[in-house]
Amino acid sequence: MKRLFLSAGAVAAAAFLLTGARPIEEHYASPIELALSPDNSRLFVVCEGTDEIVVFDTATNKLTRRIKVGHVPKSIALSQDGKRAWVANSWTDDISEIDTAALEVVRTLPAGFEPNAAIPDASGATLYIANRIGNDIAILDLATGQETKRLQGGRGASYLTSSPDGQRIFSTHIYPNVGHFRDQPESEITVIDARRQIVSDRQPLHNSAGVFHLALTADGRLGMAAELRPKNLPPLAHVEHGAVFTNSIAVFGDDIGGSVHVPIDELDRYFTPPFDIAITPDRGRAFISTTGSDSITVIDVPKMVAYVKSLDADGRRLLATDLSASANYVQARIAVGAAPKGLALSRDARLLYVANRNDDAISVIDTASNKVARTLVIPGPAKITAQRRGEKLFYTARFAFQGHMGCANCHIEATFDGLQWDLEPDGFGKDIVDNRLLEDVEETAPFKWNGTNVDLEMECGPRTEKFFWRAESYTPAELSDLTSFIKAMPLRPNRYRPANTELTASQERGKAIYERTRTKSGAPIPERNQCAFCHSGPHYTNLELADVGSGKPTDRSPRFDTPQLNNIALTGPYLHDGSARTLEEIWTVFNPKDTHGVTNDLAKDELNDLIEYLRTL
Amino acid sequence: MNKLGLLLLTAATAFAAQPDMPRYRWENFTTANGLPDNHVFNVCVDGDRVWVGTENGLALYENGKWKSWSTKDGLAHRAVLFISPDKRTGDVWIATMGGLSRFSAGRFDNFTQLTSGLPNDVVYGVSVQGDFVWTATAAGAGRYNLRTNQWSLFNERNTPMYEIWTYAVNAGADKTYYAVWGGGILEYDAKTERWKDYNDPDGETEMVVLKDQGLVHEITTSISWMEKQKILWVATYFGASRYDGRNWKNFLEKDSGLPSNFINMVKGVDGNRAFFCTDKGLAYYDGTNWAIYRPALDTHKPEMLIRDASGKVTRMDAATAPAHHYMLGIDFQGDDIWVATAEGLSHGIRER
Repeated sequence: MKRLFLSAGAVAAAAFLLTGARPIEEHYASPIELALSPDNSRLFVVCEGTDEIVVFDTATNKLTRRIKVGHVPKSIALSQDGKRAWVANSWTDDISEIDTAALEVVRTLPAGFEPNAAIPDASGATLYIANRIGNDIAILDLATGQETKRLQGGRGASYLTSSPDGQRIFSTHIYPNVGHFRDQPESEITVIDARRQIVSDRQPLHNSAGVFHLALTADGRLGMAAELRPKNLPPLAHVEHGAVFTNSIAVFGDDIGGSVHVPIDELDRYFTPPFDIAITPDRGRAFISTTGSDSITVIDVPKMVAYVKSLDADGRRLLATDLSASANYVQARIAVGAAPKGLALSRDARLLYVANRNDDAISVIDTASNKVARTLVIPGPAKITAQRRGEKLFYTARFAFQGHMGCANCHIEATFDGLQWDLEPDGFGKDIVDNRLLEDVEETAPFKWNGTNVDLEMECGPRTEKFFWRAESYTPAELSDLTSFIKAMPLRPNRYRPANTELTASQERGKAIYERTRTKSGAPIPERNQCAFCHSGPHYTNLELADVGSGKPTDRSPRFDTPQLNNIALTGPYLHDGSARTLEEIWTVFNPKDTHGVTNDLAKDELNDLIEYLRTL
Repeated sequence: MNKLGLLLLTAATAFAAQPDMPRYRWENFTTANGLPDNHVFNVCVDGDRVWVGTENGLALYENGKWKSWSTKDGLAHRAVLFISPDKRTGDVWIATMGGLSRFSAGRFDNFTQLTSGLPNDVVYGVSVQGDFVWTATAAGAGRYNLRTNQWSLFNERNTPMYEIWTYAVNAGADKTYYAVWGGGILEYDAKTERWKDYNDPDGETEMVVLKDQGLVHEITTSISWMEKQKILWVATYFGASRYDGRNWKNFLEKDSGLPSNFINMVKGVDGNRAFFCTDKGLAYYDGTNWAIYRPALDTHKPEMLIRDASGKVTRMDAATAPAHHYMLGIDFQGDDIWVATAEGLSHGIRER
């Protein structure tokens, strides 16, 4: 018995080492995406918290199967005949292919860095895979199981859909493309010619950051993409005036002529962030899940199209910020469970299934009455832990004035948003700050770029309430729950140093530069100007403030929190204000006097080596 | 034209006596009819599309119409030196005087020495090899991994590259060749991951002492790797070379049909045939005979010369000529050719 116990402990320890994740109290299903079989007899549910696909019989509403897949699955798509399903496993960088008759995984296919979606083409011969960290779309030959090519997507390529005729594949991305400092964020809809398998168009989405699912009408003449439109350039002093986000759908296609941002908010209420879209086959209605608002927004599509068509060019431009417009086309708001994410609409459009991520449940909506007819529960831990309660608080928008936003609006899916914000009412353009990854931050206090928040309780409590929510405070218990969730957020695998591998020659050379104490000419480098002094410890931060010469005239102080470097490759742009677009620019542009480490004696390939090492941290 | 050639120059009166060399009707493009600049550095055929690199931007000729892009559209630098399409993805890689651009369905992504691992902003050449993009820069070679976004740099520290001014790159499936200005030729073997250098055996910078004993000269400007035939064509500022893996064959103005030893680019048709872009016209070699296409150096009238195996040079009737005798680049479109010149782009339409 003792031996068995030790073995189990060893397995747990090994799992911890492999994933880099801290132990989590309980595993909740956390359903995020749904798919119905072609005959609608089965509902497939992607459970990212338990690494499985849960199958419901839609006639009996009974759970009939739990299929284990890779780590942190993010999507499921079925072949047209329904015989195969593909699941994108985002943390194991692979695709589980499921035989839907046997309901078991029959093949594991390769993917790029953090696959978030995988869909087949119309012929079923090719699989398209959106890789979130890779920022690309892999094309895989399903006969051989081998990747044939990769196309450049938008930054954080995450969602895919096919045109009804199968001629085009559309991809959206959750982080804005890298642009110039303090420019408005730019995103795109990447359009792939499925016959030639090349990117044929990139439809620009101006001032969009955080674009999620995209859907097309059955006739292919109208497309809709769920998008967050941030207002990160002006000071964040007017939450009460809606000046942080507009929640919209980007509408495009032949029926519109061009594209237009259509807001779904109201003058005094926000529905955020829009995530998934389902359009009825007769294109009469569109359903949009709004995760932080715990609701589904129902759009009258003909009314929306007519309204857009009634506008001239200026009117279409102004529509993007007209919160009164939604009265012309929003038909209903349907309350569902906590954090609604993926949707699945029955063929007859009578039932809409909604994955309530943080309830471990599926709402089944009767679309005739726009009411939840029943709820399917995915069995899980009986105990709701503090972390789980905190997770719900992280996703909800209910604390912010008029439900404007939640933590997950900026920390998209608990990560970051690639944006720089003018957070406090200290004057226009003062103290611009870059958003940071939240993973594995428990031991990295103090928080905030100026280090004024000594712990997460201060960061997430009074500060957040004062500057962001402006409506409701967390109770002490809620604050404790929220911070316990954030503290438990694990670090995703490092793609540049897979587990149990040695550093490459370049990374080894970079490590030597990182740890060096003398310049190439032999001169000693002051301790505080050595990389490994400030960026020390398990998180590569000494937890102190430092002036590395990166301060701007608009910053109130040139001293900033030394950031942790884990998974630094993912989180550009860099420096406290995001002024360095790439890791290279930290030193090639913003370190002219060797105040941020001594780097000006390095040749270009040596700087490359240093960066290669940093990517492994 | 060498002296012997001039002595033998005769009017073309008997076609049957002449080698059957390709004849072209030339259509020229300048700023007057669509080009953004008359200084054309490179031309690249991509199916029905013709990409053109000029001193003032990138241009595309498609369906009889011109489009062009410059820095205001996102191009890294206005001077476009080389263009290489990735036929798998449809993206186009553009070497400029101020960095490397990827043009993908209307979006430019730029790589510079400040923002990326690119060795140097002066990018003379670019070549796509599967998931790798090879670059030739003024500070060595760089290889970009499209899957991981990582750069590998190759220079005097990790290759036999004793000069780091890489002037051109041509990547095949297994071999990648660099023309290193002043440093001969470098070969990278993808299987062994090793580099090998080819140099001028006599080391003379102004003359060829040991002809056909090795590379004709160290100041190389262009290479063309014929993967199928395993033949390497090399252009230098002092003649041209052909290498079959064992033997070198050198070509000089004095003993071949080359109009000049100053060669900006070579492009092989196969292992036996190649075009040479020189400062005194475009030369074509069919393995035996030579043809030269240009506006005459003195009169600027259209000129086509043929030199047969015996060295006899014949002037052919020519109604049209390329835009200028200073040639910088060439590419093929079926039987047609496109030529970059100092005074415009020329389309050579094959005549039968």
